Amino acid sequence: MERFFRSDFFYHFCHAPVAIVSFITIILIILSAIFANLIAPTNPFDPSSLNLMNGFTPPLETNEFTGESFLLGTDDQGRDLFSTILYGLRISLFVGLMAVFLAMVMGVLLGLIAGFLGGWIDSIIMRFADIQMTFPSILVAMLIYGVARGILPPEVRYEMSIVVLIISIGLSEWVPFARTVRGSTLVEKEKEYVTAAKMIGLNRQQIMVRHILPNVLSPVLVIATITFALAIIAEATLSFLGVGVPTTKPSLGTLIRIGQDFLFSGEWWILLFPAITLLALALSINLFGDWLRDTLNPKLK
Amino acid sequence: MIFIILNRFFQAVLVLLFVALISFLIFRFVGNPVESLMGQEATLAQRAALEEALGLNNPIYIQYFDFLWKAVRFDFGNSYRGALPVAELIASRLPATLELALTSAVFAVIFGVFMGIYTAINRGSVITNFILSSSLIGVSLPTFLIGVLLIWLFSVELNWLPSFGRGEVVDLGWWTTGFLSESGLKSLVLPAITLGLYQMTLIMRLTRSEMLEVLRQDYIRLARALGLTSKAVYFFHALPNILIPVITIGGLQLGSVIAFAIITETVFQWPGVGLLFINAVYFVDIPVMSAYLLLVGFAFVLINLIVDLSYFFIDPRLRDSELKDKA
Repeated sequence: MERFFRSDFFYHFCHAPVAIVSFITIILIILSAIFANLIAPTNPFDPSSLNLMNGFTPPLETNEFTGESFLLGTDDQGRDLFSTILYGLRISLFVGLMAVFLAMVMGVLLGLIAGFLGGWIDSIIMRFADIQMTFPSILVAMLIYGVARGILPPEVRYEMSIVVLIISIGLSEWVPFARTVRGSTLVEKEKEYVTAAKMIGLNRQQIMVRHILPNVLSPVLVIATITFALAIIAEATLSFLGVGVPTTKPSLGTLIRIGQDFLFSGEWWILLFPAITLLALALSINLFGDWLRDTLNPKLK
Repeated sequence: MIFIILNRFFQAVLVLLFVALISFLIFRFVGNPVESLMGQEATLAQRAALEEALGLNNPIYIQYFDFLWKAVRFDFGNSYRGALPVAELIASRLPATLELALTSAVFAVIFGVFMGIYTAINRGSVITNFILSSSLIGVSLPTFLIGVLLIWLFSVELNWLPSFGRGEVVDLGWWTTGFLSESGLKSLVLPAITLGLYQMTLIMRLTRSEMLEVLRQDYIRLARALGLTSKAVYFFHALPNILIPVITIGGLQLGSVIAFAIITETVFQWPGVGLLFINAVYFVDIPVMSAYLLLVGFAFVLINLIVDLSYFFIDPRLRDSELKDKA
């Protein structure tokens, strides 16, 4: 730990105000999502605690029927908006994190295999990646989502929707990981330590996983950070379009969609607060990711 | 050069066949063509007869060729909902999407190039800094949020522009246009800005960095030394040389315009192909999804091909170097 505080990385971090502010924002948002059940005054996912009479209470004003007041107001069903945003953040962050993890595992493995084995396996994987890259990832995610819904029997579609969402976003973002890892693998496999490992008779799996993999992982962290922001925005977009998470467990995107429905009747707070949360999250991950890229891998720019 | 064009063309056809394969697999195995054509009370014998008639018992590659042959003639079967032919559905929605995409592309290119040149020429001015820092926020804002915020400001608060639909459209027989009526033009403004904003930011940043690079070159200094006006230097000597990357990125972005049109069309309830697709995803309308994938794939491949080929016509150096390689 002491080594970390004396490292170049920590020194650069302390001298970049943008990095510090965005990092603190991300940590605060993640912590408030993790401890949502302790911070939030109500549980918005528990229908029995909701009171429809509380619906459309403006922020900080007292509801004329129940006499209750809410920090950020309530939505149409009387859910406290502050609590709903905290619980919605949980879903947004969970889906984003799992999708990035899926994309990372898949991209790193395929990139490693393509780079190390070469030949026709490499051609097939990378041509497929090229074709997928010509389509914007949000379109790919929508398509996978639609196909998954077609394959699943109607009874389980509803409860599986979060899993389907994670898989569609994950599968739509693997290409950047694969390309980078393949590139570094091509460089690494020519080095002497790989030749040495071959000479002592290790098999290909051992060389790939134990020897090459640790040496190609450093740019992966940067790509994962940027992909995390993309995944969170993709989740919000899909949920906004109504093909994401179910409305009983709203994520930030779902909340913004509900907010848009009530804009014309003057209930602006249902839209504004989730939108600000989403923007703060996406912006700080983007800024932190940019800083990370410039510090760790200036080449990637 | 003719060899390179043929090579590119061949690659494009291969990619298209691959996209068609995926589209076919979705159509054949995710959807159930028999279910969609027959009611629940159909007997097993009727089902078997229909399977035979549709050629579902043929070898899979024959079915694929059948699918391709039908696709070439725009026969994608019937939509599960409403039982209309998919081709007819798409054709009726296409003008709305194309008009929206075109307007937003024109908006993105004109404003992007203009603002890029402005910020490159007037470095460090107040307006430049404002444009650059607001573009950073613009890139981080998801498309749907831009749309919703624009509706809030211009439709709800100011009540200047409509928030949904295409307004009054004029029917030209094979094409419906919103360009010819006032409400149609008004309805176009917000969706076009929403769709074009991200592309505009990209084009602006690219134009700016290319312009800064070009203005450092010797021939610009020479043009200035010859006593040409700033306007002549910027627009006749610098601008043509930054067009290549701008056209590349701008052209390739047309593909994303199509994808983001899905989002924009949903926000503004714009009756285009994107809205058709998102409803198809929602209701698991497989024939529409499959046809949309094929259509978008065709558009993307075509765009990439045109962008690739346009280099040869814009940049004489590329033509020359290709010739040198052959010699």
